[in-house]
Amino acid sequence: MAKQLMKGNEAIAEAAIQAGCRHFFGYPITPQNQIPEYMSRRMPQVSGCFLQAESEIAAINMVYGAAGAGARVMTSSSSPGIALKQEGISYIAGARLPAVIVNIVRGGPGLGGIQPAQSDYFQSTRGGGHGDYRTLVLAPASVQEAVELTQEAFDLADIYRIPVIVLGDGMIGQMMEPVEFGKYKKREVPDKEWASTGTEGKRKPNIINSLFIDPDDLEKENIKLMNTYEEIAKNETRAEITNAEDCEILIVAYGTTARIVKNVIKIGEKNGVKIGLIRPITLWPFPSETIAKYASQSSVNSVFSVELSTGQMVDDVKIAVNGVKPVYFYGRTGGVVPLPEEIYENVIKKTGGAK
Amino acid sequence: MTEKIIIAGFGGQGVMSLGQMIAYSGMTEGREVSWLPSYGPEMRGGTANCQVIVSDEPIAAPIISEADTVIAMNLPSLDKFEPRVKKGGNLFINSSLIERKANRDDINVHYIKANETAVELGNSKVAGMVVMGAYIKTTNVVKAETIIESLKKVLGEKKLDLIPINEKAVEEGSRQV
Amino acid sequence: MATVFKRTEMLVDVPQHYCPGCTHGIAHRLVAESLDELGVGGRSVGVAPVGCAVFAYNYFNCDMHEAAHGRAPAVATGIKRVLPDNIVFTYQGDGDLASIGTAEIVHAAARNENITVIFINNAIYGMTGGQMAPTTLPNQVTTTSPYGRDASHCGMPLKISEMLSTLDGTYYIERAALNTVKNIKNAKKAVKKAFQNQVENKGFSLVELLSTCPTNWGMTPIEALKWVDDNMIPYYPLGVYKDRGEGELK
Repeated sequence: MAKQLMKGNEAIAEAAIQAGCRHFFGYPITPQNQIPEYMSRRMPQVSGCFLQAESEIAAINMVYGAAGAGARVMTSSSSPGIALKQEGISYIAGARLPAVIVNIVRGGPGLGGIQPAQSDYFQSTRGGGHGDYRTLVLAPASVQEAVELTQEAFDLADIYRIPVIVLGDGMIGQMMEPVEFGKYKKREVPDKEWASTGTEGKRKPNIINSLFIDPDDLEKENIKLMNTYEEIAKNETRAEITNAEDCEILIVAYGTTARIVKNVIKIGEKNGVKIGLIRPITLWPFPSETIAKYASQSSVNSVFSVELSTGQMVDDVKIAVNGVKPVYFYGRTGGVVPLPEEIYENVIKKTGGAK
Repeated sequence: MTEKIIIAGFGGQGVMSLGQMIAYSGMTEGREVSWLPSYGPEMRGGTANCQVIVSDEPIAAPIISEADTVIAMNLPSLDKFEPRVKKGGNLFINSSLIERKANRDDINVHYIKANETAVELGNSKVAGMVVMGAYIKTTNVVKAETIIESLKKVLGEKKLDLIPINEKAVEEGSRQV
Repeated sequence: MATVFKRTEMLVDVPQHYCPGCTHGIAHRLVAESLDELGVGGRSVGVAPVGCAVFAYNYFNCDMHEAAHGRAPAVATGIKRVLPDNIVFTYQGDGDLASIGTAEIVHAAARNENITVIFINNAIYGMTGGQMAPTTLPNQVTTTSPYGRDASHCGMPLKISEMLSTLDGTYYIERAALNTVKNIKNAKKAVKKAFQNQVENKGFSLVELLSTCPTNWGMTPIEALKWVDDNMIPYYPLGVYKDRGEGELK
């Protein structure tokens, strides 16, 4: 298929359609509006269902119902809207249902702003709602990757029966880049024997449920979830490594920030400082082992977490590095996006540059 | 080759579309491209801008700290982005709407009578394409034919009658540099 | 010996957790009988609420979803949009439907979602121990209105059937009661009609069932049945509020 120039938001929506998503429930919020808008145009063309819900809470609960009924289903929102959806996401996790939730992150807290941010890292990687659960979090750094990860999100959700978050930011959502569909190879997914589609009098009722009033039963359920999460961590942890072999400064950054850091690497090259980058593609599970491995190289004098936040992922980087090397943070927040030169200067200031 | 362009102006001056046409044409000619808009309330009548990169290499960040080219369609845009033109870069000023001259002498400044030319051609909406003509003549980033082809995509079947006047606008613009 | 009365197929043969004298059991039975009689049990999907009926998913012999508090109409919307040929119903109490879930029920009704809603109004929060509900009557004593519901302080009760029948979207709204044999017979007709409407793709149908809560009302079951007659029915009159099949009523 030929390359098309598409906005990230529209590309994500089209990717979902191509992944077989035929049900979308949404609610307007900037900067993700092109997703529901695209869905409202496209779904009728593929005999699918787009429905604008009365609230984000209703939308995620429609997702819960549709997922329980066995559909490939998606919703999208931006930070304050995702906060509202956390109730439903927790239920979806508890009832072990597959669903895809797109968060095109904007600055917070509160109503915050509408410019790009990465301040929902904690919310996304720590479950977000109440209870003992995780969501698989995919963080694309380009429109093309957003397409492929959105398609894969549906497979991952089906394979592990969990909610999967596609975490972009305003930049990923709004920017246009060339994209090619049809590059993603569909993974094998199990049948949905658990779905509530009517017994037809042939089987016992399927019950979609997250209520386990007996503590022993709930503990068993939570351990089942934990086992699933361990399996995901083993099989699905992913990161992109750039220039990290024998680097002096190791930067960890995800999403669009990682792209800016790629320019920082070039500035380093001009100045004789070897900077490496690890870009987590899965934020949960977090690529701790990869980071630990590269951080422990004797060439590395310090590790940096660079984020569009006041410092969230840096906690995970510290856990990964485990005191072996000093870990620093640099970030801008509230929708401010740092330029490569600014990041470079701050990294050098903190580390004293090359050894 | 990597060309980084910032295009800025009032909402409604078509700066977003200009950027998209350059990105689309770059892609058509086999280059890597990115187009990053400003968005939100500033789109509603305030200043809008987009950052476009066309390159032979994969594009790292889509944001531009130092631009090879800035196109300023109104005064606030000139004030904001003139300092972002890299030394030796190009600055296109819509002199129909901007009275002041450029402050810098280390860049190539082009004054384009975009609105006047467009009105003379009979459609004030093609002011952006006048600047486009000047821009591609100066930088050769993409071919004029490719721009017109991409404009056909943007306009769609129903508005193909607008193509000739846009072609003229590009041609007139190219004469002003 | 001839069987003159038996469990309906659409109820699972397990003891229910409801208190003695509670009318939830009757409401369950009416729903189950209706599904049975219409022959749609095998393609039914129910949505249970949060409240006393939270375990309804263990009682109805069909596929079930447990929803978050108040969200059952949104969950049912999701299910129905995926399975338009299945029979989808919610079973919700007054705290669930008329307090935390007002947005969801109003919009499901406004969209004329082709679902059936069974709304249990017993004027109190049962599961959590007898707190004031949006349907608690003026001056009614509950654990959070210990001096009686003071309308000047916390407003008047919501009349859900009246309210929803004003929406253009709704197809069928009826209020019935579960406190006398006669009322129960009428309630059965209403419940069955609400499901029949869905089978015929008519649209949003809701039956409000005035119910008892002897435990939290602090009454014997018999006193509770009488209390419905004396206090609830005068405030919440029974009858058909909307039936687009019959034109506007009341």
